[in-house]
Amino acid sequence: MSMIKRVRKSGGLGQLLIPLVAMGILLLFNLFRDPGFYAIGVAVNNSGNRVLTGNIISIIDSASELAIIAMGMTLVTAACGGQDISVGAVGTIAGSIFVKALKGFSSINLGTVLLALLACCLVTVLFKLFNGTLVSVFRIQPMIATLILFSCGRSIAYWIVGSATPQIDSPIISAMGMTIPGIPIPTPIFGVILVGALLALIFRFTTLRLYTESVGVNEGAARLNGINPILIKLLSFVILGLCVAVAGVIGTCRMGQVSHKTLLIDIEMDAILAVAIGGNSLGGGRFKISGSILGAYIIQMLTTTLLAMRVDPVNIKAYKAVVIIIIVMAGSPVVKNRLTTLWNRRRSGGLHAASGRG
Amino acid sequence: MQGDVVLSMRGICKEFPGTKALKNVDFTLRRGEIHALMGENGAGKSTLIKVLTGVYEKDGGSIHVDGIEGETHIHSPQDAQNAGISTVYQEITLCPNLTVAENMFIGRMEGPVVHWKDYDKRAASILTGLGIPARPRQALSSCSLAVQQMVAIARAVDMNCKVLILDEPTSSLDEKEVEMLFTLMRDLRGRGVGIIFVTHFLEQVYAVSDRITVLRNGELVGEYAVKDLPQVELVAKMMGKALDDMAQLEQFDQKKAPGQDVVYEAERLASVNTKPFDFRIRKGEVNGFTGLLGSGRSESVRAIFGADRVTGGRIRVKGKDKKIASPHDAMKSGIGYLPEDRKRDGIIADLSVRDNIILAMQVMKGFFHPMSRAEMAKFVDEYVAALNIKTASSETPVGSLSGGNQQKVILARWLLTHPDYLILDEPTRGIDVGTKLEIQKLVLKLAEENMSITFISSEIEEMLRTCSRLIVMRDSNIVGELTGDELTQAQVMKTIAGGGAEA
Repeated sequence: MSMIKRVRKSGGLGQLLIPLVAMGILLLFNLFRDPGFYAIGVAVNNSGNRVLTGNIISIIDSASELAIIAMGMTLVTAACGGQDISVGAVGTIAGSIFVKALKGFSSINLGTVLLALLACCLVTVLFKLFNGTLVSVFRIQPMIATLILFSCGRSIAYWIVGSATPQIDSPIISAMGMTIPGIPIPTPIFGVILVGALLALIFRFTTLRLYTESVGVNEGAARLNGINPILIKLLSFVILGLCVAVAGVIGTCRMGQVSHKTLLIDIEMDAILAVAIGGNSLGGGRFKISGSILGAYIIQMLTTTLLAMRVDPVNIKAYKAVVIIIIVMAGSPVVKNRLTTLWNRRRSGGLHAASGRG
Repeated sequence: MQGDVVLSMRGICKEFPGTKALKNVDFTLRRGEIHALMGENGAGKSTLIKVLTGVYEKDGGSIHVDGIEGETHIHSPQDAQNAGISTVYQEITLCPNLTVAENMFIGRMEGPVVHWKDYDKRAASILTGLGIPARPRQALSSCSLAVQQMVAIARAVDMNCKVLILDEPTSSLDEKEVEMLFTLMRDLRGRGVGIIFVTHFLEQVYAVSDRITVLRNGELVGEYAVKDLPQVELVAKMMGKALDDMAQLEQFDQKKAPGQDVVYEAERLASVNTKPFDFRIRKGEVNGFTGLLGSGRSESVRAIFGADRVTGGRIRVKGKDKKIASPHDAMKSGIGYLPEDRKRDGIIADLSVRDNIILAMQVMKGFFHPMSRAEMAKFVDEYVAALNIKTASSETPVGSLSGGNQQKVILARWLLTHPDYLILDEPTRGIDVGTKLEIQKLVLKLAEENMSITFISSEIEEMLRTCSRLIVMRDSNIVGELTGDELTQAQVMKTIAGGGAEA
C-alpha cells in the first residue's frame, strides 16, 4: 500500500517495481508448475546437524556471495558510473589469503580465523584501492582499470597458495560455509544480513548516500560543494573490497578449499546484472542497494527454477539469457517511459472524468 | 488557413503530474516574421516549444502547418522536422569533431556513395549566401560558439524549414556575435522563414522582432506587434502586475554604506587560471567584477573560492590568516559560491530539490553528522517558501525545474549555510525578468543584513543597480576600480575599453 503511495507521489513507476514484478512472476510460475517447489524440510547433514532443506533455502543460501558482492558493486557503480569486473578474481585472492593465513597458524580456532579474516580484508582492500586509484585519480574507465586484476587476479591467487586446491578442514570452517550446529539456517545467509545491516548503519549514520549520489550525478558540482570526489570513489572501492573479502571467505568455507579456477567464477557479470535488474543506472547516480539484492536473488531463483525443471546444466545459461533479456528490457528507459505515460494518462483520464462530474 | 500563416497552434493543453503547464494556448506564426515568445520561468514557453518539436505530446488542441492538409500530428522530433519545423537550441547539438560541411549534411546524404567534394561546394555556397564566416572543411569545434550556432541554422535552412525555432540563442554570445546572428535572422526573414525567438533579453526582442506573444502561468496573455508594446508594458504583462517593482528597486539605490570591517582580503592571490591579484571586501558590501567575457572575472572568483588550483597568495578572513586551497576550505571560512554555469557546476540534476538545497549545509556539518529527515524538511520548506521556488514537491528532481527555479535552489543552498561572504557569478543569466528582480532585491537585502556579496553579471545596468564598487578587468588584469559617482555605464565602458590605464 505504502509502495503504491510512494509510486504515486514520485509521479512514476518506482525503481523496485520491475524487479518485484519479475520476482513475483517467478514465484507464481513455480507455484503453478509444482507447489512442491516451496516445500521446506528438515534433514541431518554430514556433520550431524539438523538443517533446513528445500529449494527456497537453497536459493537464498547459494545467492549469498552474489548478493554481498552486488551490494558493493552498487556503490562503485553509483559513485564512478562504471563497474569493477575484477571482483571474482580478487575474491579468489581473498580466499587464498584466508587459507594461506590459516595454514600458517598451528591450529584453527576462532581467534586465528578472525585474524585470517582480518588479513584477507586488508589485502582485498589494498587490491581494490589499486583499482580505485586508477579510476578516481587517473580517471581510467572502470572497465579498463579493473580489467588488469580481472586478467591476472586468479594467477596471483595461485601464487599465494602455491598449489591448485589447498584444503582446510575444521568445524569452524564448515560452520562458516554451511551451518552452525544448533542453527538450522545456512550461515552464508547471516553473512548477507550482516553486510546489509552494516551498510544500512553506514547510510544511517553518515552522509555516504548523498555524497555518493552527488559525485555520481555531477562530480564537478559535488566538488564545488566541498565534497572530495576522489575520496568518495576510493571509499566505494574500499567498501566493495570488504564485500568481496567476505564473499571470498564464504565461498572458500563452503567448499572447504580454495580453487583459483572455480571460486566465484563469472560472479562479476552476475553482480553487474544484479545491479541492473535492481533498477540502478549503470551510469552512476541515484541507487538502491535493496534493488541489487533483489536482483541477486532473481538471478539465483532463475538458475534453481531451471535446474528444478531438469534443464541440462549446459543449456541453463541460454535459457537464463532469454529471461534476463525480458527483465532488462522491461526496466529499460524506453519501456519504462511508455508505461509511465500510460499510467499517467489513465490517472489524468480518471481526474478529468471526476472533474467533469463535479 | 490565411495565406501568410505558416504555423497555427490552437487550444494547446499540456498537463504534468501536479501542474497544468499549458492551458488552452494559441500561437500563430506568419511567413517572414520574427516572433518573440516571452514569459517568465515556468510560464510555459519551453513546454510550448517542446510540444511543437515533438519532445512532448500535447494533451489537447491542434497544430496546422502551411502546406500540409488538415491537422499536423507531431509525435517525435522526426515528425516535426518532416513538417518543416527546425530547432536550434541554446546548447549546440552538432558534432564538434566533424567538419562544418559534414555537420550540415550528415544524416541526409543521398545514395550509397558520398561525394564530399560536391557537398563541400554546396556548403560553401550556402555559407557565403548567408554570410557565415566558416569554411566547409574546417572542424566545427574550431569555430566560435556563435558560428557553430549559425552553422546549425544554415543546416536547418537548407532542409527547407518553414518554421525555425531559436531557443535562447544569444545567452552565450558576446555583443558582436549577437549582431551577427541578428543579421542572419533578418536575412532569413527576408527569405520568408518564420522564426520563433525565445530569449530573456528584452533589448534583443526589441532589436530584432516583429511580433511578441506573451505567456504567463501556462496561459496566453496576448499577441502584440512590437511597436505597440513598450518595454515596460511587456514586463508588466509577463509578470502580471503593474511595474512598480522596477521603481522600487531604483529607490533601493540609496545603497547602504558598507561597514569598515574587512571580511575577506587576498594579497597576490593566483590560481592556474589567473594572474596574481589583490582583493578585499568589507562587511555588508556588494561589489562586482566586470569586464568582457574572458576577461578573467569568473576565474578570479573561482580562485577566491578555491575552485581552481590556487598557486599562491596570502588570504585573511576577518583578520585571521587562512589557507583556502579547496571549496571545502572556503566554505569553512564562511564563503559561498554560486557558479557561472548552472547546469555544469551548480545543480545536481538527478537529485531532488531537497538534496540540492541541503547539500552545502550537510557538507559543512560533516560526514558523520547526517541531518534528519525532519530537519531537512524544515529548512527546505522554509527556503522554498522564502525564495518562492516553484516545484511540485521537495522530492522532484531539480533538473526538471525551470532555469530560474534551479537558480533559486542553488541560492537557497548557499543561504542555508549563512555565509559571511557570498559570491554570485551570473546569478541572473538565462532567467526571466521577474526572477531577476527578485534576485537583485535579495542581494540588496542580504547586504542590508551585513552579508558581503560579490555579484557578477554580463548586464552592466544590473551591476550598477546592485553594486557599490565595481572592479573592472581586462585580459586577466584588474584595470580599474569604480565607486560612488564613477558608477555610470559610460565610465564602466571607458574603463573596460582602456582609457590609458596601462601601457
